[in-house]
Amino acid sequence: MELLMAILIGFLFASATYLLLSKSILRMIIGTGLLSHGAHLLILTMGGLKKGAVPIVNGDGTPVTDPLPQALILTAIVISFGVTALFLVLAYRGYQELGTDNMDELRGTDGNE
Amino acid sequence: MEMNNLVVLPIFVPLLTAVILMFISKKINIQRWISVGASLVTVMIAGLLVHHVSTDGIQTLDIGSWPAPFGITLVSDMLSSLLVLTTSIIGFAVILYSIYSIGEGREKHFYYPIVQFLIVGVNGAFTTGDIFNLFVFFEVMLMASYVLLVLGGTKIQLRETIKYLTVNVISSSLFVIAVAYLYSIVGTLNMAHISQRIGLLEEIPGILTVIAILFLIVFGLKGAIFPLYFWLPGSYYAPPVPVMTLLGALLTKVGIYSIARTYSLFFYHDQSYTHDLLLVLAVVTVLIGVVGSIAYWDIKKIIIYNIITAIGVILYGISVATTTSMTGSVYYLIHDMIIKAALFLLIGIIVNITGTSNLKKFHGLINDYPVLAWVYFIAAISLAGIPPFSGFVGKWLVIQGGMERGELIGSVIILLTSLLVLYSVMKIFIYGFWGGKDQDYPDQHSISYNKLLIPAILLTVIAVLYGFGSEFVYSYVAQAVDTLMNPEIYIEAVLKE
Amino acid sequence: MRSGDLILQTMSKVVFFIIILFSIHLFFEGHYRPGGGFVGGLMTSGAIILLLLAYDIKTVKKIIPFDFKWLIAVGLFISVVTAGGSLLFNVPFFTHVHDYFNIPLLGKTSLHTAALFDLGVFFVVVGVTLTIIQTIGESE
Repeated sequence: MELLMAILIGFLFASATYLLLSKSILRMIIGTGLLSHGAHLLILTMGGLKKGAVPIVNGDGTPVTDPLPQALILTAIVISFGVTALFLVLAYRGYQELGTDNMDELRGTDGNE
Repeated sequence: MEMNNLVVLPIFVPLLTAVILMFISKKINIQRWISVGASLVTVMIAGLLVHHVSTDGIQTLDIGSWPAPFGITLVSDMLSSLLVLTTSIIGFAVILYSIYSIGEGREKHFYYPIVQFLIVGVNGAFTTGDIFNLFVFFEVMLMASYVLLVLGGTKIQLRETIKYLTVNVISSSLFVIAVAYLYSIVGTLNMAHISQRIGLLEEIPGILTVIAILFLIVFGLKGAIFPLYFWLPGSYYAPPVPVMTLLGALLTKVGIYSIARTYSLFFYHDQSYTHDLLLVLAVVTVLIGVVGSIAYWDIKKIIIYNIITAIGVILYGISVATTTSMTGSVYYLIHDMIIKAALFLLIGIIVNITGTSNLKKFHGLINDYPVLAWVYFIAAISLAGIPPFSGFVGKWLVIQGGMERGELIGSVIILLTSLLVLYSVMKIFIYGFWGGKDQDYPDQHSISYNKLLIPAILLTVIAVLYGFGSEFVYSYVAQAVDTLMNPEIYIEAVLKE
Repeated sequence: MRSGDLILQTMSKVVFFIIILFSIHLFFEGHYRPGGGFVGGLMTSGAIILLLLAYDIKTVKKIIPFDFKWLIAVGLFISVVTAGGSLLFNVPFFTHVHDYFNIPLLGKTSLHTAALFDLGVFFVVVGVTLTIIQTIGESE
């Protein structure tokens, strides 16, 4: 199972890198989304994919799943939700003001003379 | 050591203030004075915290009463409390400056709450003792910085924010990845506990070096070290001066603080690869910064590139990792935060008067604005580290530490580049302030000119006192370095063993 | 954004309330089982976005006559004050308390200060999501 997860995470990272290298801002946003999905799965895998019960300790010694990775992922999801939303609004506003979503045309030189 | 809620107050007060300010976003005057008042309160609390740490040792707070290492623990050691104090002072000065310069448009669109959120993030990042919580505070800080950067919505701001945001989103993902790998080895997130668990490993696994480099990339992107500084000159150039001051003085320093913290707490066992790499990067960073600051004729760019130089100097001290060099780094870190903020504010006043940041387009300012000229002069020689001004002690100790370790080339380079730093800031003085007055500047700014000077003078005076009182400051800095050099102190204070 | 689709409008009048009820269920469920303020808030904003799709922004503004940014502030205020309340009792920041109460109809129920914090999260999520949708949607 760990191997499968590793391949999946690698695939997500690869796709994310490909998308991030493209020039369209919209593709880049999707890329950042995939990147954070990969990172979340990585936390889950690194925490150990155990087959335990829900993490409420009964005191009878039954194995429980490590609750921490889940808490981390939830936090990370909330944060990436916020950042992605902001990025979308920014890209949209940028498109309105600058008239392009092509990163090539966003090369700025003013202030660099 | 019992629990101490004082630790959380430098985070809680700005947070509560930000929320209250959000309710009254249309009442600008009330917003202004609540902001000023609250940041003054934050400064006082931070001062009290420094005092507590100096008398009673490291202060900790287990959030939500969950004992360490299971819950999130906030840890104020001397380094973090000093940085929190510095941050709060800069926040206060910048808010004071903003009142007369940021403009009503931004003030109505949540400028003041977001500045408070930024301070929440920065103070939180300095205070937290949990590696994932550090990520969360990083995000709070970054989110605030995105909004501050784009607030106003001019074309150049939108363009630069898109780039800045992309870089930081990627670096945040890398942060999560690095934390995941670290968790797979040590199975904990509490920084003291991580340090303890790594210390218990019989053999340091190779992946720890990989994690160290991942963290270096993440924090290096924030701290703008070579070769990850590429986004900084463009992004920091775009926003108005108060925002530029906040980002320039605070954000890069959070990156550097995080490198110092993780490298002294986690990655100090096998220094051969990581610290040598850091050393080379630090020297190249200094060179890049100096070349940039000499080459440009734009006063904003000159100071922006000086940020990169300073980052290199601080990093050099951290990479040498002796008590002397670390003391130098801590001295220089605090000095640089204050003096950079002062210089940015002064540059802002110049731009406000002349209407341009191009050094070739104005001269002779000293005739009409003598106070500005001499305050700038003092700030400039403080930055360059002319004894007995504030940059001197830090840089001297960093170089001395490097010499003691036998790192001759790096130390000599840093020594020589000091002269070039001096040249880069004196260039502004010579070309901008000296010379005959041959043009009249529109007088409409003269009302706010004196008021804008107040926060800049405040910061410059603090920097000068910091330099002249370095004997007094030394006992505090020594305590901070003691914790950095001896992780056991930190571990004991947090885990209470 | 203007949609005159009669089927969508009629459907959303019914579905809206079902989604809202389910989101409230999710919110309270979150205490011991999967759910909570974040998911509940997202679900509620989903319901409101459905209305936006079926009608238009003006109609929705008539139904919900306040600024969504204000909702963010209210949510943050609830959360921050809940967390900061612990300072008054001289216990560590964020310390929560809970107790069991006998409430008519519901029976023995545990009430928890963490739920108040979650309520704040709920408002923040609704506020943020709708502010974003509004920012993009309004300018068309």
